[in-house]
Amino acid sequence: MPAAHQTQSKRSWWRANQQRLTPWLFLAPGMAMFGLYVIWPILDSFWLSLYDYDGLGAKEWLGLENYRELFADQAFYTSLKNNVIWLVLYLLAVPAGLMIALFLNQTVFGIRLYKSLFFFPFVISQVVVGLIFSWFYAPRFGPMYHLLEWITGQRIAILADPDLVTYGIIAAGLWPQIAYCMILFLTGLNNVAPDQVEAARLDGAKGWRMLWYVILPQLRPATFIAVVVTIIGALRSFDLVSIMTSGGPFGSSRVLSFYMYEQALSEYGYRMGYGAAIAVVLFLIMMVFISGFIWKMVRDEKEGY
Amino acid sequence: MFPRPVQSRGPAAVALYQIALPIALFLWLLPLLGVAVTSIRPASDLAQGNYFGMPSAFAWGNYVEVFTQSPIGRYMLNSLVVTIPTVIGAVALSCLTGFALGVYRFKGNLLIFFLFVAGNFVPFQILMVPVRDMTVQLGLYNTATGLILFHIAFQAGFCTLFMRNFIRALPRELIEAARVEGVAEWRIFWFIVLPLMRPAIAALSVLVFTFIWNDFFWATVLTTSAETQPVTAGLSSLNGQWIARWHLVSAGSILAALPPVIMFFAMQKHFIAGLTLGAVK
Amino acid sequence: MKHLTRRAGLAIGIAALAVSAAQAQQRTLRYYADFDPAPLAAFEAAIAQFEAEHPDIDVVLQNFDHEGYKTAIRNFLTADPPDLLNWYAGNRMAPFVEAGQFMDVSDVWAEHGLHESLASAAASMTIDGRQWGVPYTYYQWGIYYNRSVYEQVGAQVPETWDQFVANCELFAAAGIDCLTTGTRALWPGAGIFDYMNLRTNGYEHHMALTSGEIAWTDETVRNTFANWARIQPFITASHAAIDWQDAAALLVQGQAANYVMGNFAVAVFKEGGMTNETLGFMPFPTINPDVPRAEEAPTDTIHIAAGAQNPEDARTFLAFMARADVQTTLNAALGQLPINSGSTVGDDPFIQAGFELLSTTPGGIAQFFDRDAPAEMAQVAMEGFQQFMVQPDQLDAILERLEAARQRIYQ
Repeated sequence: MPAAHQTQSKRSWWRANQQRLTPWLFLAPGMAMFGLYVIWPILDSFWLSLYDYDGLGAKEWLGLENYRELFADQAFYTSLKNNVIWLVLYLLAVPAGLMIALFLNQTVFGIRLYKSLFFFPFVISQVVVGLIFSWFYAPRFGPMYHLLEWITGQRIAILADPDLVTYGIIAAGLWPQIAYCMILFLTGLNNVAPDQVEAARLDGAKGWRMLWYVILPQLRPATFIAVVVTIIGALRSFDLVSIMTSGGPFGSSRVLSFYMYEQALSEYGYRMGYGAAIAVVLFLIMMVFISGFIWKMVRDEKEGY
Repeated sequence: MFPRPVQSRGPAAVALYQIALPIALFLWLLPLLGVAVTSIRPASDLAQGNYFGMPSAFAWGNYVEVFTQSPIGRYMLNSLVVTIPTVIGAVALSCLTGFALGVYRFKGNLLIFFLFVAGNFVPFQILMVPVRDMTVQLGLYNTATGLILFHIAFQAGFCTLFMRNFIRALPRELIEAARVEGVAEWRIFWFIVLPLMRPAIAALSVLVFTFIWNDFFWATVLTTSAETQPVTAGLSSLNGQWIARWHLVSAGSILAALPPVIMFFAMQKHFIAGLTLGAVK
Repeated sequence: MKHLTRRAGLAIGIAALAVSAAQAQQRTLRYYADFDPAPLAAFEAAIAQFEAEHPDIDVVLQNFDHEGYKTAIRNFLTADPPDLLNWYAGNRMAPFVEAGQFMDVSDVWAEHGLHESLASAAASMTIDGRQWGVPYTYYQWGIYYNRSVYEQVGAQVPETWDQFVANCELFAAAGIDCLTTGTRALWPGAGIFDYMNLRTNGYEHHMALTSGEIAWTDETVRNTFANWARIQPFITASHAAIDWQDAAALLVQGQAANYVMGNFAVAVFKEGGMTNETLGFMPFPTINPDVPRAEEAPTDTIHIAAGAQNPEDARTFLAFMARADVQTTLNAALGQLPINSGSTVGDDPFIQAGFELLSTTPGGIAQFFDRDAPAEMAQVAMEGFQQFMVQPDQLDAILERLEAARQRIYQ
């Protein structure tokens, strides 16, 4: 068979099949990196949680012993409780971000500068946010300390009080998180179809009704990402806890992500197996939310198609 | 536009709005302003307990002191060295993966997408030991490359989610039309879809830049020396040396926060231009 | 297995050295450390002296941030071991010794008579009858007090616990914290506990407790806490939220009278404006006169990594650091105390007081709770101490928790 004919059939084979193969080619590099650095380590950690391992010596098989100990561990339940508080309160960032986005969605002189400046807290490292708020709450010279003394007459050092400390840290975390949600909603608001808004206005819709029935549905992608990222942030809240209190006072602000780090890697305890067990538990908790999101996404897609 | 443009409510409303804006901004940035003022406070103020009155002098020298007394300049350079390649890598990878998952329907599409999303929810700690060991075995421990590779791989999860959703919202007709014309798939990607993705690329670049610049955990795990450590790990170590020297900690914090802000301002024009382009099909 | 790796490492190291010696090139020693700026300068001077005495050895020092080092050491000992590294004595070095990552240097001790000259720290450098590093400095703990504040309320320097508590009443009446501390990083509280227990029950008891041989719910331990409870109301209220340097500021500003701290705090006090006239030092008061006086003096050390490339020269360096003259110069710059009994100390009244104190200690020298007790127990216990100072009514719960931890940790 002449060579030209062969190359032609090769080309048409590719042409016929490229729609099927292209996605896989495009996915390959991403999946390879992700698989190597994320998927495999997760599995490895599941495996590691069945051992007693201090990072230096040999691994000693324990079976489910780490989990048995975990479920009898008071610190675990404190961490769990704090994680729940984080989850609930951190979600306030979403409506707060929306409100600020609506406030800033105007075209007056200099509004772009204002938008950028409102975004500023998100741009700062959590290490810095933690330092700023530690200063804010500091006993004796922190502005918050003085404010509380002036209002309540009592001297309250928020970060020293086992009942208040978690709320204090959450407040610090909300500051950049609200800025982030705000930016997401500003982007979303820019993408809102103006003709739909005009049409609704002509129909007489305004204010809250407009927001609820016309705007919010169009903001769904932005809302979705805002909620997803806020939940990730709440469950992951490591940096702030580490910088502001190291889980203290005496463990009352501990969250699972920090407890895991303490157990696996801190100066005072190298129990990587136990830490891995905590990580597994946290991951399984997150799976509940992930599954919920994915299910919702699948549903949305079915409706879309 | 929603809410109703303030101009339509009359000049009084506009004036009120223009006044409300700076007040709101001031309240919002109050903690930051506190730190900024502290950063130019002389050390003597702090020793005497003058924490938030008027500074007795403007000690701009604090910023010089921060540079001369600590390797913060080096830390910031390290942050750049790690962040920029990561942004390029992660955004590029996710354009590819987002395109694949967003445009094509195939078996396993959702499953793979699910894997990316799920992997992104994972707490860092569960990855730490295996990733560290792997980085050591590749000979990349305590190098920028090791950190870059990890970040690109991990950010692929979130970036894919972002891009895929964006691409889903793009109009299909263009792609279908191009296919009918017989355009090759990769050309569709490169010449048709990619230009439409510019606003998403801009937004994602800023986000990833910020995430990576501000990353603290992996910086401390995979790098250990001043030659390679990014500014977050460096700043926390400086804080250890500088406890109760809030003027230096504040100055260092402001410096560390500057580049992501500059990046945001720089990309912002592109960002907005991309948005207005997207409105005209 | 560990022996094999170490011997293999030694063999390879010696072989490599033989090769390089044959080539007569300059040999390198890699030294990883975590010095703060002032000690760093002192060490660089010591290294310069070593290099002058040994022109064919080049010591390359890589300095880490103090806190980051504690994580970094785990990584570099496996990934990228240096020849020499800093660490601490006692139980703190046990994990690395047991994992075979420190080199046995008993030969250095034997060869240079270190069992005599470094006698005071020998016990804390020994595991399984062998020595694993060389100590170069320690510093005493005690109570630093603000003399002006004492004069202000008319208090005398106390010698017994009853006198100390009586003083606390005086300070409280004047609105001053009798005792200040900053337990955000947990360890300052452990210093207080150590002294309470050393004074209540003595050195033997304290060592047994930290080795897990005594129950935390035991009567003797409860006595310690009972004594501590007497001053609990007079401790700075917000200690759990502040660092030790912030608490030091309180002492400087006269808002607190006493501070249980180590000698390294003197620099901070003086930077804040205190002088030899306003700052005072006293040994911790006597609680139980039947118990011989013991003191606390944590020791800093240098070790050779098992994976060292140049162990021979590393040994030479260790021997150098153990010398009396080197330790004198070094500690003069560090403001701390030399271990070597042949060294001399400077004129600073606080250093002299410390040297006096430690050399006349009949009871024994503790290493600080987080070095005497295994790391995990230290973490749980220090949290317990912090909680006790905030919620003394929770003592029973705290002791039970510590006891449960002890059961689990010291199997």
